[in-house]
Amino acid sequence: MAVKTIAGKEVQVNEEGYMTNPAEWTKEIAVEIAKEEGIAELTPEHWKIIEFCREAASSSGAVPTLRAITSGSGVSTKDLFALFPKGPAKKVARIAGLGKPEGCV
Amino acid sequence: MADEPRKIAFICSKGNLDMAYPALVMGWAALGNGIDVTIFFTFWGMDMINKARVDHLEIPPVANASMKMNMMGIPGYIGIPQILGIIPGMTPFASWLMKKKMKGLNIPTVREYLEMLVDGGAKLYACKMSVDMFGLKKEDFIDGVIDIVTASDFMDMTEGSQIIFI
Repeated sequence: MAVKTIAGKEVQVNEEGYMTNPAEWTKEIAVEIAKEEGIAELTPEHWKIIEFCREAASSSGAVPTLRAITSGSGVSTKDLFALFPKGPAKKVARIAGLGKPEGCV
Repeated sequence: MADEPRKIAFICSKGNLDMAYPALVMGWAALGNGIDVTIFFTFWGMDMINKARVDHLEIPPVANASMKMNMMGIPGYIGIPQILGIIPGMTPFASWLMKKKMKGLNIPTVREYLEMLVDGGAKLYACKMSVDMFGLKKEDFIDGVIDIVTASDFMDMTEGSQIIFI
């Protein structure tokens, strides 16, 4: 466990850099982590997925996997990979202040 | 972090249902980790991309020492006598059972997995020698198969990749 300052706010992160307390998350933090992940601007399409993941994680306790995101949010696999290139589920989880998604699909 | 993205190539040479999944599961996990994925289908593995075969892959109980009756809810590790395995209907039954179990776990079908992989950016190729041998054409394959290539082409396109043979 470590403390990291993101967008001027101190947050708890684990050894892989995922935030450990979703309650510490803010939209400003999301914007900043997205930049670190190579996404210059978060569009409404990005936000739709980020919000879906936060809701799914808080209601089920599990951070959604790739397939859980596509089947739950209605976003296609193609669009998901275009919006969050190179490992969408992990990227969204990081930007949404959630832990690493568990599961194989 | 290395500058070059990590690359993985799978060679799928088997057409049995159980042997179709390893590359699909690992390929999908690789895409999820931002790794480039190439899949080369050769010999029996071409059944996975053959439109007429992909939905009908099977798992035969004959000569499969690991297939025990506990899959059917019988406790312990009692084997299926090989003589029973040759009874007509046993292979469809075993295949149905495996598909049912996977469906229960929300595991996509082979066709669906391949669509997901293609949408996620995986590149699929069929082996030229096998295609010629089985008398197939590109039209026989599912959408997403980019081309029919030689073993040498495969070597060129997978330079720097980790290669997994299944």
